[in-house]
Amino acid sequence: MTTAPGPTRRRLTRRVLASPLVESLTAPHGVDRFLEHVDPMLTVHSVRARVSEVIHETGAASTVVLEPNDAWRGFRPGQHVQFGVEVDGKRRIRCFSVSSSSQRTDGRFSVTVKAHQDGYVSQYLHRALGDGTLIHLSEAEGGFVLPTEVPDDLVLLSGGSGITPVMSMLRSLRDRGHDRSVTFLHYARSPEDEIFAAELDEIAATCPWVSMCRVYTRAPATGRVQGRFDASHLQQLAIDPSTTLTYACGPAGLIESVRRTYDAAGAGENLLMEYFKVPTVDLDAEDATGTLALDLTGREVPNDGRTILEQAEAAGLTPQFGCRMGVCHTCTVHKLHGAVRNVITGDVRANTDEHIQICINSPVGDVRVAL
Amino acid sequence: MSIASNHDNAPRPLVSDSGARATVGLEYMTYEDLEDFGKQLDEIRQRMLDSLGQEDADYIRGIVKAQSTLETVGRALMFLPFIPPAWLAGVAALSVSKILDNMEIGHNVMHGQYDWMNDPQLNSKMYEWDNVSPSANWQYTHNYIHHTYTNIRGLDRDIGYGLLRIDPDQKWHPAYLGNPLYAVVLMFVFQWGVLVHDLDLDRLQTGEATWAEVKERNSGTLRKVRRQLLKDYVLFPALTGPFFASTMAGNATANVARNVWAFAIIFCGHFPADVESFSEESAENESRGQWYLRQLLGSANITGSKLFHIMSGNLSYQIEHHLFPDIPSRRYPEIADEVRALCERYDLRYNTGPLPRQLGSVAKKIVKYALPNGFWDRLRGGTPEPAPVAYDEPGRAAA
Repeated sequence: MTTAPGPTRRRLTRRVLASPLVESLTAPHGVDRFLEHVDPMLTVHSVRARVSEVIHETGAASTVVLEPNDAWRGFRPGQHVQFGVEVDGKRRIRCFSVSSSSQRTDGRFSVTVKAHQDGYVSQYLHRALGDGTLIHLSEAEGGFVLPTEVPDDLVLLSGGSGITPVMSMLRSLRDRGHDRSVTFLHYARSPEDEIFAAELDEIAATCPWVSMCRVYTRAPATGRVQGRFDASHLQQLAIDPSTTLTYACGPAGLIESVRRTYDAAGAGENLLMEYFKVPTVDLDAEDATGTLALDLTGREVPNDGRTILEQAEAAGLTPQFGCRMGVCHTCTVHKLHGAVRNVITGDVRANTDEHIQICINSPVGDVRVAL
Repeated sequence: MSIASNHDNAPRPLVSDSGARATVGLEYMTYEDLEDFGKQLDEIRQRMLDSLGQEDADYIRGIVKAQSTLETVGRALMFLPFIPPAWLAGVAALSVSKILDNMEIGHNVMHGQYDWMNDPQLNSKMYEWDNVSPSANWQYTHNYIHHTYTNIRGLDRDIGYGLLRIDPDQKWHPAYLGNPLYAVVLMFVFQWGVLVHDLDLDRLQTGEATWAEVKERNSGTLRKVRRQLLKDYVLFPALTGPFFASTMAGNATANVARNVWAFAIIFCGHFPADVESFSEESAENESRGQWYLRQLLGSANITGSKLFHIMSGNLSYQIEHHLFPDIPSRRYPEIADEVRALCERYDLRYNTGPLPRQLGSVAKKIVKYALPNGFWDRLRGGTPEPAPVAYDEPGRAAA
């Protein structure tokens, strides 16, 4: 057996390949365009991973264990990645939180995804993702992370699939040998709907520094608190918002209610929030709804149903355009969030992170574009 | 502000307040037929868009793989100039690589043909080609100006590229006596011609843009030129050490080979005989069907083998490309069957022929229109065709 290149040599090779000199040689293309034909995982700039395992969790969720290539710079617990899979030649990208511990030593990490009935990618992950599938990733993103110095009191609050980033935090704290107080407050509809149920049981039993509180909003009350979140839950668990750093992740309703509670206690700065909006597509709505957010200029206008180009112009912007009939692609911009309808074909597209021609697309509900 | 820059460089819109309907195509069919004709082409377009998928993705990735392999092999063989066949093979591989990069990949990707894949490497906004003209400049003059205003005299700057007289309606000027010479020179330096064309300096002359605007718009050009020259004429020659000169010569040959080939294919797209041009008035307020018909009448195809079509970036299907510029080029052959059927039904000319014939036809026009209208025919002892109304070309207003 030949010896594999050591980590030092690999790092050196990567640094050479990513150097400006090599870039001048491969210009106008990046070096990845040449490397990926040898092996798609050899890229030095594009972060890619292979699926090493798919684990079916409780609560109709799947954990996808990923083995990233050397372009991956790691993550901090609580961050998310853009996760791209190609189906029928089309790359579909979604944001998923990392769910694994940052202390894993095999270089792998995982994301955990609940199967949404209408979520194309999450359905695909459940049904079709196999070992070895190539995943196109971003570097880990987001400021929903633990501070370097974790305070003595910490609350990790989550609802439904919002458990994933705080689970990564909890696992990381456990694996780092953390021993100061952490309250883990999780809301699920029922025990059957709860992700990571067995591991939560185990942590509750083996980690005395964790105060574990799991609330089932649609099942008979069992624990110390019951029903949906309200201010009294914090009192019952003896949590003082004004002195406790709190991370909350979950559906918009839960986050809103937590935010109001902390604001009322004058403790807004102690609360960090994260929620993923699934674009709400209301196809039957005759009237235009929602808000068109123009991300680069920081402006928001109520959607009036016209094309994004026309609405942006009405808002005083002067985006690039050409033919205004969907031919020349001069007006193509990055859509960050939301669903759009092609005014020529009537097709609705709701992918996160895709490029659209704004002269022939109008918003369906809330849309955010890079304009 | 980057957000506001480069906005609405739109020339005059093709709408007028008069409300009069465009007259494009009336000599071939009625307004009702035109409407129908447009609907049928829209239907083909939608069918193609709906069926895009894995095969199209695999196809373009296969071409990219072939191109990057040829480039790697070509550049590697230049290290062996003492084995003449190896060096020649290297030049050939690099030439083919540059042709694939510019035509089947670059041109088509920058048209947005693969934007649906959502792959940043094949995205029209991000792709940069192996050519001195930056892709963003090219996209403006080509995708937008040329493809929207195809063959409209005074609006489509690709009629003669502001250099040649290729249409009897272009006003004759003694400088056009050099037409054949200009064409030959342009053939060898074609990528630089594209660069100058894409600088869009006409707008400076006509006063539509200020010097500051032109400068800002072209700010990336110098950087791109520097990078292209550095790679082909400094870095790779230097890497081959003692063979600096032979590598430099090899790279230059590859660039010229690409220039000549691209020139030949592109000139056959719109300049052969019987390709029609249009006045601005005739296209005002045109319908979708008229827009399609104008694309059809203003373009010409080249027949050839499958390999020939790939090497020409499928621009040999210029008609199909102009009808559906953002549909992946590998679909053009199947679309062509349907377009031919439509041409038969409406008794329209489908302009196509083998490369030598189309090229010969272009050469003849270049010589013929070097002379004032009618001279050529009189020289050949025939009756001159009726003199058309000359128009002022953009950027030649002073001439």
